[in-house]
Amino acid sequence: MSIDSMYVHKMWDDHELSKMVDGGIPFAMLSDAGGRVGKVFGIFNEDAGVENRGRFIIDPDGMIQAFEVLSPPVGRNINEAIRQVQAFQVIRETQGAEATPAGWRPGKKTLKPGPELVGNVWKEWKTKMAFD
Amino acid sequence: MAEKAKVGCARPTGGPVGEETSEETAKETTQVEKEVKTMTQVGKKAPDFIAPAYQKGQFINVQLSEYLGKWVLLCFYPGDFTFV
Repeated sequence: MSIDSMYVHKMWDDHELSKMVDGGIPFAMLSDAGGRVGKVFGIFNEDAGVENRGRFIIDPDGMIQAFEVLSPPVGRNINEAIRQVQAFQVIRETQGAEATPAGWRPGKKTLKPGPELVGNVWKEWKTKMAFD
Repeated sequence: MAEKAKVGCARPTGGPVGEETSEETAKETTQVEKEVKTMTQVGKKAPDFIAPAYQKGQFINVQLSEYLGKWVLLCFYPGDFTFV
């Protein structure tokens, strides 16, 4: 979503993005004239009159589970956004019985919060797991 | 799902759903906007909105609440034809 009209979105997709992605962008490119939606989400940059790079993960109940906001010159890490969605999906599937520690990605160990884990995370999770 | 948008010469706009715009309620609206801003917290409901959009050759209207039951990644960016 940006403040550009859907006509500009079409031109961008036709003339540039389709050269990067076969068939063009598959998802909806939303238009937010005046930044009205961006203001409600708290990411509209009033000084520049554009949206900041805000990214929201919204779960199937419509609840915001995560957001990240960057100022315009720095791009995002898409792998990290996908990893976060995968982590939230694990939490949802296990209804909170499992939690994903720092550095978690699919296939890595989750933690099971409870009385036994208090003071014992060091046995289950090592610092290097945050980085590998 | 998303309805097809009527294409005219005026640039179509969307916006938050349920937003008051009349002048009489301007004060109230300011109040509402302040409250609404605090809604972008984790664990809080995402504010619903309708926005015109372009997708795969079609102009459509997208409402966030149509995606209930799915995971949504909503991304804002400064502008088309920007660099990163």
